[in-house]
Amino acid sequence: MSGHAHSHKRSGLWDWLTTVDHKKIGILYLIAGGFFFLIGGLEALLIRLQLIVPEADFVGAATFNELITMHGTTMIFLAVMPVIFALMNAIVPLQIGARDVAFPFVNALGFWLFFFGGVLLNTSWFLGGAPDAGWTSYTTLALKQYSGIGVDFYVLGLQIAGLGTLIGGINFLVTVINMRAPGMTFMRLPMFTWSAFVTSGLILFAFPAITVGLVLLMFERLFGANFFNPDAGGNVVIWEHIFWIFGHPEVYILILPAFGVISEVVSTFSKKRLFGYSSMVFATVMIGFLGFMVWAHHMFTTGLGPIANTLFGIATMLIAVPTGIKIFNWLFTMWGGQIRFTTANLFAVGFIPTFTIGGMTGVMLALPAADYQYHDSYFVVAHFHYVIVGGLVFGLFSGLYYWWPKMFGKMLNEKLGKWNFWTFFIGFHLTFFPQHFLGLMGMPRRVFTYLKNQDLDLGNFISSIGAIGMTIGTILFLANVVVAARSKKQAPADPWDARTLEWAIPSPAPEYNFAQTPLVRGLDALWVEKMAGNKGMTPAEPLGSIHMPSPSFLPFLMSIGLFIAGYGFIFEHHVFSVIGILIAFACMLMRSLKDDHGYHIEPDEIEEKGVKA
Amino acid sequence: MKSRWQQLWRQLFLFGMLALFLAGCGRENLSALTPQGPVAEMQFSLMKLSALIMIGVFVVVILIFTYVLIRYRKRPGQDGIPKQVEGNHKLEILWTVIPFLLLIVMAVPTVTIAFDLSKEYTNKDALVVKVTAHQFWWEFEYPDLGISTAQDLYIPTGKKIQFDLTSADVMHAFWIPALGGKMDTNPGDSNKMWLQAEKPGIYYGKCAELCGASHALMDFKVNALEPAKFDEWATAMKSAESTPATASAQQGQQIFQKSCLGCHAIGAEGGKLAPNLTNFADRQRVAGILENNPENLDKWLADPQAVKPGNLMPNLNLKPEDRKALVDYMSTLKVYQP
Repeated sequence: MSGHAHSHKRSGLWDWLTTVDHKKIGILYLIAGGFFFLIGGLEALLIRLQLIVPEADFVGAATFNELITMHGTTMIFLAVMPVIFALMNAIVPLQIGARDVAFPFVNALGFWLFFFGGVLLNTSWFLGGAPDAGWTSYTTLALKQYSGIGVDFYVLGLQIAGLGTLIGGINFLVTVINMRAPGMTFMRLPMFTWSAFVTSGLILFAFPAITVGLVLLMFERLFGANFFNPDAGGNVVIWEHIFWIFGHPEVYILILPAFGVISEVVSTFSKKRLFGYSSMVFATVMIGFLGFMVWAHHMFTTGLGPIANTLFGIATMLIAVPTGIKIFNWLFTMWGGQIRFTTANLFAVGFIPTFTIGGMTGVMLALPAADYQYHDSYFVVAHFHYVIVGGLVFGLFSGLYYWWPKMFGKMLNEKLGKWNFWTFFIGFHLTFFPQHFLGLMGMPRRVFTYLKNQDLDLGNFISSIGAIGMTIGTILFLANVVVAARSKKQAPADPWDARTLEWAIPSPAPEYNFAQTPLVRGLDALWVEKMAGNKGMTPAEPLGSIHMPSPSFLPFLMSIGLFIAGYGFIFEHHVFSVIGILIAFACMLMRSLKDDHGYHIEPDEIEEKGVKA
Repeated sequence: MKSRWQQLWRQLFLFGMLALFLAGCGRENLSALTPQGPVAEMQFSLMKLSALIMIGVFVVVILIFTYVLIRYRKRPGQDGIPKQVEGNHKLEILWTVIPFLLLIVMAVPTVTIAFDLSKEYTNKDALVVKVTAHQFWWEFEYPDLGISTAQDLYIPTGKKIQFDLTSADVMHAFWIPALGGKMDTNPGDSNKMWLQAEKPGIYYGKCAELCGASHALMDFKVNALEPAKFDEWATAMKSAESTPATASAQQGQQIFQKSCLGCHAIGAEGGKLAPNLTNFADRQRVAGILENNPENLDKWLADPQAVKPGNLMPNLNLKPEDRKALVDYMSTLKVYQP
């Protein structure tokens, strides 16, 4: 952590624990998010196994409620959010021609907070039981008199992980505003960066709501406050409002980056610029804005009355307009192009009809009177899995296949990739399509079993079989990762004949990203140069010494502090709460008082001179 | 690639149709797709309208999608750069305006039906039923008739039922799909909803809000009777008296009075902590889920937690012969056979 002018050669574990390099943090997010994705997937498999036949006795009722709660919480907060952050970290700075994010130290802190929050939450399985009040953790059921210690893990784990997400979001806002290369105006930002920017804005405004909600719930459960307990004058509905004021924007926090990925992939593999770029930007911002206006559509049956219900219902329907704009813009991006069906593009192309179905059922759900039938039934389960798996997870797979060479310097195998796509795609539809009908036929969600003779057997059976397809798809992806890691073939800088800045530098990107900051001369910066017959980007500065941030162990240590404090609060051993918080404060103090000027990479250390395409 | 896509879509389409036909629309007395009253009917009409419009949109998307994927896939040896199109204002306005118009078509009935369903009726036009949800059973009171029951809700056909919904513990949601959508029961608060059944029959009711371990088992039944028969039932309920005839049943009555009456009521006597058992022998199910017969009742009494995890019924640890006496007694709790 010294501030002298030489690069730090670190290696092994210590390097990963102290790194502040956005590319390495991206990989850390991917590994941790991928790990939690497997845990959440395993929980999903157990759920479908229990529901494969009526009145099954594979897992008990109480365990089942823990499984659904942990499946939802893990997938949303600990699996897909981090993988989104993995892509944002790996790609956004490269797409805007920056050397790093605005606050590399904060970036590392964001990761470690998320990671330790997630670990804390998952250790509940071994320390007295996992949370069992649903991922929405509605009070009353989440009050101390109705649920066990698991909900305390939920509160503290999500609080710590959520802090990480919040500071990550702030970091990306500042990065996109301040770190763009010369010529990279806002209306030249690649679509993925735009979506990352809007998503970060949503994080900034939505996460404080859940933070506040979790603080209230923590005081309610640990210190005997009575915000929600009706017997003591509390209000049971207020939690629903707080949760969904966060929870609905959260859905757009998840899906917007997927829209960004699809825009990049469809455009690259059609060899065309994105159709209607400015309306795409407008639609993204619009969706982000409307996302804050519709939270009560999760609460139509709460009893808010017809005025609130119809207002929120119609506001919800409006979101269909910008979403429709996006769908048609993607279709017309492909129109007239030369479409290549690489795995990345298969996932992007498969995304379009699948997400359209999710959007359709979304509009249907926006009609309050009809929603009285859909609400809390399997119809809703089908809807949000079409949006989150068929939309977001397809988008993430697409992004991973597309940017894997840029992140790791190796190509994922296309043949395995295609098997990955088809098994996952077919398995997905088999699993979730019948669930629409199950819900309409009277199956509530979150049920650990269903009785015989209700005509619900066939749909559930098909659904459980489909889960096997998704499992095979996921295993094939893991196999593909192993194959790619063992392959000796280095990926070229621009394997897809792509359009944006990240493909102008070698794969994987060097530590300093751009030896010389590039000059951006239009939308699709690299494509502009290709069309002008140039070999690469025009540099905007002479080759000089590059200022880099020093690695630091403090983010890790600070997160460990809060991790310890979390256990202190959960088990009400406040000695540990105090020790943990003191560790965090000591780290903050150290960070504030110690001057750290970073270090420099000199031109003679730069492996490749100039910016090459 | 072309044939692969076509195959896939054909498969998906066939699969969708197959799923629809094989499953039909579900059980007539359970499914929201087979509406049995005006509320469910209105909701079903909204579902059909929105589904139809959405399927129309989907068809347009799929037609363009299929055409584009077939027509514009990269062919071997194809070179050159496709025309880089920035956008098309006319097209973009078109696919912004048309969705707006479609939304208006949906918004109008959405608003009218939402207000129709939220009307509150008094006992002049409707039968008022107070519903209190408990972990994991349902309590039904008829304030105007002065009777209470649990698990099996009796209603007259052809008449509006005005529900007044609340909860004694956590949030639940009251749902009878064939008669209409659901409404949450919030502790410390009351929600209003009306439903109506057209035909006599037994309709299935569910709890739709996660409420604890046995959320899945919190079923109830709605017994819709012709108005005249409903009145007979109400009268019978008010004057219900059980007269156990056999020695075993009389012994069972004593056990009941000693061990059960603290929580369970029969007629006006007993506690309100647990389901009212006045007409237990008329019930469709034991504990809301098992077929109502002596073996199942014995199974429930022997180990309530094994049948319905997390419920509040204590295991009385009765000897088998005492359980049999209790079962004999409870089998006499008949009030009304239509």
